[in-house]
Amino acid sequence: MHLTKSLIMLAAAGVLATVALAENISGAGATFPYPIYSKWADAYKRATGVGLNYQSIGSGGGIKQIEAKTVTFGASDMPLKPEQLAAAGLIQFPAIIGGAVPVVNIPGVRAGELTLDGPTIASIYLGEITQWNDPKIAKLNPRVKLPDTAIAPVYRADGSGTNFLFTNYLSKSSPEFAQKIGSSTSVQWPVGIGAKGNEGVANMAGRTEGAIGYVEFAYVLQNHMTYARLINRSGKVVSPSTATFQAAAANADWAHSDHYYLVLTDQPGAASWPITGASFILVYESPPDPAATAQALKFFSWAFKSGAGMAKSLDYVPLPASLVRQIEGTWRADIRAAGAPVWKG
Amino acid sequence: MVRGMDQANFGGIASAHVRRQRLGERLFGGATRVAAVLVLAILGGVTIALLKGAWPALSQFKLGFLTREVWNPVTNQFGALAAVYGTLITSFIAMLIAIPISFGIAVFLTELSPRWLKRPVGVAIELLAAVPSIIFGIWGLFVLAPILQTSVQPWLIHHFSHLPGLGALFRGPPFGIGILTAALVLAIMVLPFISSVMRDVFETVPDVLKESAYGLGATTWEVVWNVVLPYSRTGVVGGIMLGLGRALGETMAVTFVIGNAHRISSSLLAPGTTISASIANEFTEAVGDLYTSSLIALGVILFLITFAVIAAARFMLMRLDRRALSSV
Repeated sequence: MHLTKSLIMLAAAGVLATVALAENISGAGATFPYPIYSKWADAYKRATGVGLNYQSIGSGGGIKQIEAKTVTFGASDMPLKPEQLAAAGLIQFPAIIGGAVPVVNIPGVRAGELTLDGPTIASIYLGEITQWNDPKIAKLNPRVKLPDTAIAPVYRADGSGTNFLFTNYLSKSSPEFAQKIGSSTSVQWPVGIGAKGNEGVANMAGRTEGAIGYVEFAYVLQNHMTYARLINRSGKVVSPSTATFQAAAANADWAHSDHYYLVLTDQPGAASWPITGASFILVYESPPDPAATAQALKFFSWAFKSGAGMAKSLDYVPLPASLVRQIEGTWRADIRAAGAPVWKG
Repeated sequence: MVRGMDQANFGGIASAHVRRQRLGERLFGGATRVAAVLVLAILGGVTIALLKGAWPALSQFKLGFLTREVWNPVTNQFGALAAVYGTLITSFIAMLIAIPISFGIAVFLTELSPRWLKRPVGVAIELLAAVPSIIFGIWGLFVLAPILQTSVQPWLIHHFSHLPGLGALFRGPPFGIGILTAALVLAIMVLPFISSVMRDVFETVPDVLKESAYGLGATTWEVVWNVVLPYSRTGVVGGIMLGLGRALGETMAVTFVIGNAHRISSSLLAPGTTISASIANEFTEAVGDLYTSSLIALGVILFLITFAVIAAARFMLMRLDRRALSSV
């Protein structure tokens, strides 16, 4: 009798505890911003006790999950077009800005020594340039000794926003690439080998001699990879860094964008990094669970206000204050439940 | 028989006991019937769900789905040829490598090994079967692929790529991962299954048959080839089919080392894809009904391939049994 009573009390306490813990915000999507989202989530939980449960399954997965209403917000490096947003009843806003960087593995070439440009990389991924000592590459690198090694292109096999950024940049640089391959989270590559995730590409490119790949900047630094410099739209050679990402992002005219649909690749500016991109958050205009969405918006508002230092420490670019004000205005105007705005901050 | 007995009703003396037995019997029969029907129902449910999910892609592409190599999510054009080719070629090469080695292991364990070695080798084979497949994938990617990339593949390219005909199998840059690596990993994974079944079945061969052959002056090889193998061929074929079924459906180990390229190429050193690797890589991120439906259609094709393999195995066994009966 005594044992049964205590067992019942224990079960009840367990149920109550799970109910209390169910205050976590749920989100899913892009792997590109995952490092910074998890750092913010950690600090937010320490500050407020509310946790974030983010599954880094890729941009395509994030879009699918939010459309299926299984998460409170979706994360995608590829912004949805205004028609797609309207059809799904979603709104999007940028949360963080970062850069994708080409990495190479050529014997004798060190980090930052090799210079490439959009049309050349497009030709490599189209299978037109097959050796590292090809005259087109040698022309951009007069002082670098390029060996007679075969080029092994590495691409993302999974549906990825980093793929979108990279193919978008190559499509802008080469009309042939735009026509033959196009720009999306998942494309049909004519040559090369596919790896899973930023980690997979970093690993494969690091191990295969003659490889070229593209990864998010944080991975380049963490794995000490050999990155290549790029020639941007203004004709200047730029190295990847927070400063060059910021220069590209400063060109973005968010105020006149249609539902924040802006792709930051190939921006003008002497110091702009060509493969910069913002990572977007997708939420419903009329959220099925207004309280959960309000919690998510509170998290992002906190991150915009107090998370800039953390973002910079991981080599991401935090959003400028003017953009944050514009985003919060969008929340107040567009996200509504029962006639009243969900965001009350 | 029990039914007949309790209907006899032994003059009513044991009727309560008999009633309990009858009830128990009925419950047992009912429960087993439910279990069997459940299996059929699940199979039917899975088939219907697969066909329903695959319908948009199959109705859009019709038979072209099986014959086209394209896999383009941007233009929404999909064809299963590259994935089907990859599945079949990796399984074929894996079986080509695994069958002789498993045969060797089984013969060694039953005929040639000293008694003290039988136990450890047998246990080692079983442990190999117990290793999770994703561990094989990780091992393949981090241990096997670099070895292939730095030593084996350059050697193959150097010696064979300039030959006419055969050379086409070994052309291309040494990536380290690709069809050959995936086939090797699959071969190691199916080895324990085939060799355990072969060993068990070789042990059922009656000693008298083998000893009479030895008595007539046959060598060990002649005994194995002419006495043991013909006697146990049903089990051997069954073991091979078991291994083949595993190789066809293997997902995680192959996904890591196949290179994920929706292309058919003549070279074994080139990257490719299999049906299960494509689904594993792309399903969670497939945006759009046609893309998701094409992946499910790939699943339907794998289902049909496995079904065909099982049917072929049963047919082959039936033929072997009939031939054995007719020759006796």
